[in-house]
This record gives sequence, structure tokens and C-alpha cells, in this order.
Amino acid sequence: MPTRTDLFLTYGKIGLIGFGGINAWARRVLVEEKRWLTEQEYAETLGLGQVLPGPNALNAAIMVGDRFHGAIGALLASCSMFGGPLIILMGLAVLYDSYGEVPLVKAVLAGVAAAAAGMVLGTAVKMAQKLKPTLALLAVGLCALAAAGFFRVPLPMVVLGLAPFGILASWYGARSK
Amino acid sequence: MTATIFWQLLLGFGAISLVSVGGGIAVLPEMHRLVVDVHGWMSDADFARRFALAQAAPGPNVLVVGLFGWHVGGILGMLTASAAMTVPTSLIAFGFSRLRARLLGRPWLRIIERGLVPIAVGLIAASGLILAQGAAESWVTAALTVISAIFVWRTDFSPLWVLGAGAIIGVLAL
Repeated sequence: MPTRTDLFLTYGKIGLIGFGGINAWARRVLVEEKRWLTEQEYAETLGLGQVLPGPNALNAAIMVGDRFHGAIGALLASCSMFGGPLIILMGLAVLYDSYGEVPLVKAVLAGVAAAAAGMVLGTAVKMAQKLKPTLALLAVGLCALAAAGFFRVPLPMVVLGLAPFGILASWYGARSK
Repeated sequence: MTATIFWQLLLGFGAISLVSVGGGIAVLPEMHRLVVDVHGWMSDADFARRFALAQAAPGPNVLVVGLFGWHVGGILGMLTASAAMTVPTSLIAFGFSRLRARLLGRPWLRIIERGLVPIAVGLIAASGLILAQGAAESWVTAALTVISAIFVWRTDFSPLWVLGAGAIIGVLAL
């Protein structure tokens, strides 16, 4: 079990390396590097974070922090996850108007963005593989991918529309075991 | 920053956050309405540029609201907008987390939690896809995305390696 300092430093790190969004990196650090959560536990926490309003990575951080250290843990995890990036963003806000169009900066950002996109995709494949979903659950996941990724259906509709089917698939899987 | 703008940021982003099911980015159209259409704080192009900047920076994508706040109210505006976007929903998440701890082990809760997993994973895949479409400026960046995806999927090395490689390839080839 992580100490409070662990929790603070680890979420600080997740925030600072979180290129392309936090979730793929939080999974990498919490599940693969620190082993505080299993693949299934992380995915469930994130799933709940998606259904609740608010940034899902933040909701997940609050639940993970609360799980290990209660209210203090939730505060430490969420503040450290936001604090570092907020400071970076302040610097960027100042610099961007002067340097944003510098070709070298644009080239670095384009390269990092392309790699980060691949990182996020690779993470999704890895999770799907390790979670070993039933066929029905897999179908719900593919629907979420298609609706949000291809057809650009608004996210609240995707989440609330597919949640009943996910729960049905999960119930069916539990019953047939 | 004037008191009027303070309240406009606080109430505007606070209200938006409460409907942001699926993540902060889910409400990007509502943010656009607030910042560009309702208050006229910035142009369409400014809005898009700030969103791209927040995407390029590490950290939660929702931090883009900090940049909007910065634009109208400097550092105080940034903090106000960020707090309005995160504090109310964080309290809800914390309350839910407590409720969940009390209900731990109930079979129906397990079934609901497991049922939400494919949505979480599917949406990670979808965000990767959208990022990839935005990043695919040439065959070099497209190849970078594919190689990075395979690297992260098939190995347990830190993905920071591919980000570093991406930065270097960006400088050399773009």
C-alpha cells in the first residue's frame, strides 16, 4: 500500500508525463509500474469516473486516493495531478503567443503528438487483451470506440446510452458462469 | 480581472462541469458557446489554438479551461476557471467514492462496475483515434503513431521512449 508521499509523488509524475491525456499514463504507472491496482480494478475505477460528471481522470484519481488514504489521499492525488501541468500551462500561456509559430517548436510538438496518439491506442489494445472480456462486453467496447471515435457522437450520449448495455452484458456474463 | 468576469468564469464553467459526463472534453462545444458565442472573449481561431496547445501539453486535457481563464483574467482567471471546472465534480466523485466503499462487495455493484469497463476502454481507444487523426500530417507522423502503438502494446518499456523518439523524429523529419 502506498504512503501519502508515494501517492502525491506518483500522481505528480502521472500529471507531468501525461501527454495525450492522463488515463493511458495513469494505467501505465498504477498498474504496470507500481502495481497498486490490477488491470481490472483500474478499468473499473475509470469506468465509474466516466459515468460521473467531471474530468474522468480526476474522478479516478479521487477514487484511487480515497481508497488508500481517505479524504487526504483524494486531495493529494488530485492536487498533485493538476498542480504540475497547471504550472507548465502557465509557462506555455506566456510563451505560446511569442514562440508557438516557431518551426522547431511546432516540429517537436507534432512528433510528440503523433507518438502520444500511438501510445494511447496501444494502451487500449493492451487493456482489451489483458482484461479478456466476454464477447458481449467486447461488443459494447467496440460500439463505444465506433460511436466516439468514428461517428463523433457526444460523449454523454455514448456513456449514458451504452451503460445499460454494458451492465446487461456484465449481468449476462455473471449469470452464465 | 473584474468581479463580473470572475463570476462569469465561476458560474459558466461550474455549470458546464456538472453536465460533463464522459470527461471534460465532452463539453468542448458548450465551452465554445460560452467563451466565443456568449461572451465573445476570443475568436474561433483563438479557441482552436488554445485547445491545440492544451492537447500538446502534458496533463489532463480539461486544463484548457485554464487557458481560457488566463486569456480573460490572467493568473486569477486561470485559477478561477480551473477551480470552477474541477471542484464541484470532485466533491461529487468523493461522495460517490465513499458510497462505493460502503456498498463494497454487493453483487449488483460488481455487475455495474464490470459493465462500465468496456466503455472506459472503448473511449480510451476513441481518444487515441481522434488524436491520431489530428496528428497525421504526413506519412512520417502516421508511421510514428503506428510504431508507437505497437511498441506500447507489445512491450513493457516506458512509453516515454516513444515520446522522446517522437520529439527527435519531429525535429529531423518535419
